[in-house]
Amino acid sequence: MRAGAQLPPPTERIPALRWLRENLFNSPFNAILTVLAAALIGGILFGLLRWAVMEAEWSVIPANLKLLLVGTYPADQLWRVWSVLYLVGALVGLSAGRRRGLIRRIAWAAGGAAILLALLPFPLPTRGWILGCVAAIGIGFGLGRLGGGRRWVRRIEAAVWVLSFPVSLIVLNGVGGPLPVIAGRNQWGFLLNLVGAVVGIGLSLPLGVLLALGRRSKLPAIRMVCAAYIELIRGVPLISLLFMASIMLQLLLPDSFRPDLVIRAMLTITLFSAAYMAENVRGGLQAIPKGQYEAAYAVGLNGALTTMLIILPQALRAVIPAIVGQFIALFKDTTLFGFIAILELLNISRSVLGNLEWRGRIFELYMFIGLVFWILCYSMSYVSRRIEKSLGVGER
Amino acid sequence: MLRIAAQVLFLLAVAVGFWWLANNLQTNLRASGLSISFRFLGETAGFPISEGIAYQPTSVNSYAFWVGVVNTLRVAVIGVVLATILGTLFGIARLSSNWLVRRLAALYVETVRNIPLLVQLFFWYFAVMLTALPMVESSFRLPGSVFLSRRGLYMPWPIPTATFGTWMIYVAVGLALASGVYFVRRIRLKRADRPGVPILWALPVFATVVLVGWFLAPGSPLALDVPVFERFNFEGGMWLSAPFLALVIGLSTYTGAFIAEIVRAGIQAVSVGQKEAARALGLRPSRVLRLVVLPQALPVIIPPMTSQYLNLTKNSSLAILIGYYDLLNVGTTIYNQTGHAIEMVLLIMGSYLAMSLLTSLAMNLYNRRVKLVER
Repeated sequence: MRAGAQLPPPTERIPALRWLRENLFNSPFNAILTVLAAALIGGILFGLLRWAVMEAEWSVIPANLKLLLVGTYPADQLWRVWSVLYLVGALVGLSAGRRRGLIRRIAWAAGGAAILLALLPFPLPTRGWILGCVAAIGIGFGLGRLGGGRRWVRRIEAAVWVLSFPVSLIVLNGVGGPLPVIAGRNQWGFLLNLVGAVVGIGLSLPLGVLLALGRRSKLPAIRMVCAAYIELIRGVPLISLLFMASIMLQLLLPDSFRPDLVIRAMLTITLFSAAYMAENVRGGLQAIPKGQYEAAYAVGLNGALTTMLIILPQALRAVIPAIVGQFIALFKDTTLFGFIAILELLNISRSVLGNLEWRGRIFELYMFIGLVFWILCYSMSYVSRRIEKSLGVGER
Repeated sequence: MLRIAAQVLFLLAVAVGFWWLANNLQTNLRASGLSISFRFLGETAGFPISEGIAYQPTSVNSYAFWVGVVNTLRVAVIGVVLATILGTLFGIARLSSNWLVRRLAALYVETVRNIPLLVQLFFWYFAVMLTALPMVESSFRLPGSVFLSRRGLYMPWPIPTATFGTWMIYVAVGLALASGVYFVRRIRLKRADRPGVPILWALPVFATVVLVGWFLAPGSPLALDVPVFERFNFEGGMWLSAPFLALVIGLSTYTGAFIAEIVRAGIQAVSVGQKEAARALGLRPSRVLRLVVLPQALPVIIPPMTSQYLNLTKNSSLAILIGYYDLLNVGTTIYNQTGHAIEMVLLIMGSYLAMSLLTSLAMNLYNRRVKLVER
């Protein structure tokens, strides 16, 4: 521990009985509340457990697991999904190897989760593939440790992170030849929810930054157009924009240009998310003290350089939690793709229920879907809270 | 000079973009033999809408759309009220000194916030309403002639009788008297510069007059219309459809979780010293909340609460996926019948924008009222 580091306050060890008295039974009213809350929690947990163990027929999940997670992605092409997973795992490992803190914990958590998953009774090849993720993280970690803090390693790391985005999309979607095209509209399943959210957030970030800068521009024409766009998009529901994309876009675009439904959905979610992103970024921009601008001008930077080198890096750093929050919202919103006949996770579950064999297994399916989303969203919001905390501490 | 040139260039680019879209639109419309006009709104709708205000398939399209708007407003208003109650309760519960109550509130908030709303709506509608509940013939009978089944909820509803008009006179008199009392009290309190709740004086006055009127009016002015099971379905009473129930439950529990976090943050924004000082002055806990904590917490709470209300209204458009006739659902149906894409999209977007603007206007006015007056 560094010298002069603040120690946490000493924790007092309280006997269990005293804790009970102080926290649960310190007044008659509180005692009643305690009993009621205990009955409620107990009832819910007991009911849920009894149902999950005695009545639920979970066979519907393993039987349809592949369909739900990756849709009708051809089994002999599944290596593409795995290799993208490995790429991301290796990148997380690489970054974790190079620095301490949150990213390292995320890498540990991801590796641990993969090991836990491999313990589940999957077929043996699947377990092998899952354990491959652990290996990928480990290899990346080792490379990161070897590279250390050298400057060119940092450059390569950043470049590979940025490049991984288009490369993954190309590998998943395919270009023909040895990588046959696999249509996202009806063949991707839950993969589409993930990719949709990542694409949406990735593309809406630069657009949102531009819109936010435009809304704070000194030029009234630019300011007004940006403000009008932001308020217009924020005033209408996403589903009405999807409706528009599915029926109106072909009227607004030339005959020769008919983008695929998935492209349209991604475009919509990007344009939608950009308006919200702009407001987040604007919040970050407003938090920058005026002195930063004045100091930048004083050292002779012009307007564009001030924004690029001084203001944006600080503003974006401050809004990372908000961006994560928006990623979660976007991820949840991808379930709306079903509205325009795209087979994402929720929509696929309906086709599973349409199968006579699985009719009536609706509770099991929705519990599973809810759990998948819950685990991912909860862990992301946990990470976001950690970042928020570390940002507050590391205020420079 | 450079600035003006940049702006002109920017506006020109935007204009060219719009012109390009409009040009494409015109070509495409000409190719498919369509034209833009709102005349189709005056034509007969021809499709049924199973719930909402009185409507016949012979009504015109514009009226059908209006039925959808009213249905959206109905869900939004009820949802906002329920979500606020739920959110406030759980927001306070998250700060309870009772460990178990705190955990319970956290469990609710963290579960509901991290699952997509559509999954929850599907759960409530397809799993709970359409699978777990019994058929209409064997409805659950809840106390007070309330029946719950896959068709929804049937419950008794008061309907006016012949003497309703007479009673309304008493109600009007009561309202006038009560508002008189309210304003007199308010002015008095203001002059004396004392805290107080004038509505506590006005309400009993109103209740007394209305009750006296109820007994003086010959017969009972309101009669309870109780649902009775006829051959295939219930007759009479009030019917809340299954999609409506699922939507209201789903929307209000989902938004309630977000509101709980806002309420919690708002209360936590008031420093502990304020509460302690108020207690030290000898204020009762209820007064500490009303006079010290709430006036400082509300300005923090109102702006994010506004966006939650707007979110709920916008999220009510998911109704289309569980078959509730909201404005988006009716709008897309009209589009499917008539093929007028541009016009319907404009109408739908315009309606949502109008609702958003009106809500934020109202909330901004309220916000101005509760804003801290710094002296």
